[in-house]
Amino acid sequence: MKLTKEEVLHVATLARLNIDESLIDTFADQLEDILEYVKTLDRLDTADVPPTFHAVDKSNAFRKDETTGHLDQESAVSNAPDEDEGYFIVPKVIE
Amino acid sequence: MDLHELTIHKAQDLLKNKKVSATELTRAVFERIENVEPIVDAYITITKDIAMDRAEAADKAISENNIKPLTGIPVAVKDLICTKGVKTTCASKILENFTPPYDATVMGKINAAGAVMVGKVNMDEFAMGSSTENSGFKVTKNPWNLSHVPGGSSGGSAAAVASDMCLGSLGSDTGGSIRQPASHCGVVGVKPTYGRVSRFGLVAFASSLDQIGPLAKDVTDAAILLQVISGYDPKDSTSVDKPIPDYRAALSGDVKGLKIGIPRQYNTSNGVSPDVLSAVQTAMDLYKGAGAELVDISLPHSEYAVAAYYLIAPAEACSNLARYDGVKYGARDKASSNLIDMYRNTRSKGFGPEVQRRILLGTYALSAGYYDAYYKKASQIRTLIKNDFMQAFETCDIILSPVTPTPAFKIGENVDDPLTMYLSDIFTLSANLAGIPGLSVPCGFSQSGLPIGLQLMGNYFAENTILNIAYCFEQATEFHKQRPKL
Repeated sequence: MKLTKEEVLHVATLARLNIDESLIDTFADQLEDILEYVKTLDRLDTADVPPTFHAVDKSNAFRKDETTGHLDQESAVSNAPDEDEGYFIVPKVIE
Repeated sequence: MDLHELTIHKAQDLLKNKKVSATELTRAVFERIENVEPIVDAYITITKDIAMDRAEAADKAISENNIKPLTGIPVAVKDLICTKGVKTTCASKILENFTPPYDATVMGKINAAGAVMVGKVNMDEFAMGSSTENSGFKVTKNPWNLSHVPGGSSGGSAAAVASDMCLGSLGSDTGGSIRQPASHCGVVGVKPTYGRVSRFGLVAFASSLDQIGPLAKDVTDAAILLQVISGYDPKDSTSVDKPIPDYRAALSGDVKGLKIGIPRQYNTSNGVSPDVLSAVQTAMDLYKGAGAELVDISLPHSEYAVAAYYLIAPAEACSNLARYDGVKYGARDKASSNLIDMYRNTRSKGFGPEVQRRILLGTYALSAGYYDAYYKKASQIRTLIKNDFMQAFETCDIILSPVTPTPAFKIGENVDDPLTMYLSDIFTLSANLAGIPGLSVPCGFSQSGLPIGLQLMGNYFAENTILNIAYCFEQATEFHKQRPKL
């Protein structure tokens, strides 16, 4: 399971990360080791096995459609890196 | 005995009988913190002023005979459990200045029970790690030997309890993060059944595996803490609405006729140190002597647990950690002029290397063309692992195993080799994949004097059973009474 530099950079783009040029090889090697190891799973035929996404069986958790306690706007934006009058401010996205 | 050495249940008695005040007890704990924190490095934030106010309130409550389960008890909380008005960093630069505007449900519960939080404790960043070396701030030391790791990710929670810098603590366990540090530091740690304890306000790592639980000086204290934090919470859609047994009342120490399953796959597992094998064997003999029956069981898919876990957990993590985008809370790279650069620069500067590695791994496993081969495959294996346990519990009441293959390793020993680090979680991961409860109870020491833990895993919601079986062991041994010399 050879990971190329391009693949690492592609995955980094998907994950919205920048990978420092000097670390690309290290990450590629470490990911390769891990992916090689997880290949052991292929020894098992799981064609007829349903996947488990949650350990304890539970389907939907419904509640009444009523408003309950919630954060006020001031608290909700209290940790924002940049905000104005209750709005989050982000860098310009429209040219 | 110094006050900071007290267990919760002994402190409860002294407080109730007015032999000691909550203020005295809390002050004694802060004195201990002043003395040993500089060498152990367990705390990220110390909340002395809040704690002294809470202790005074506890004394007032005691004088009015209004005593709750944790009134006046100094506890530490892992720094990924949201605390209203107190920084919650997840040991990450990206949350370095995050102050939650609300309390996690478990915080509401321990506060209502009268607890005195003394501070927030260190961990691997975002709970990703087995040594607390991945903290963005500092490396916590093992109180039994300062050149060794305390385990992780709840390393601060375990080290703070082991060094008497609190009477008990809360941690979280996604793949062993309570049981493994408890084992390495010689304290009791419980990972409850998935859904037993609300995750509301717990910073998410892998949502289908994460569970909050207690770390304590003995089994009785663990039972007291678990009682307080358990229960259904409408704010956590995965929490389960089931009656909660009286955990302390379950501690009879009687194991006669109980069937203890010994997984044959774990018996000869490669890489298990002779010290660990012999401590676990001694525990098995003790249970036999106490009237329990040892039963040979099979967990045929256990060898696949590490591989399945290290696909599922990073896949969930990379989704959960997408929220750290520099917009709503947390750090932002202010120099970026456009949105995408802002995301990328913020995340790259804010996350440490292990977190980035797992995000990359999870993103890869979920990306186009790989989903079936990795994430889906791992989730199918998860079914097989779960079925193994369900079948095993048809012939036994609990399962006994080591917690970790070796005692705590040296600081720096495994940092450059993530896969070796992952493989050390082999005995603990399965309980998270299956959702069953597990605990670690001190069961011996290595030749070099490092603690060894015994793992007991139970059927769904059978925390009372595993606590009682651990209690039986504790009654017959003195390991839990030993304290590191600091």
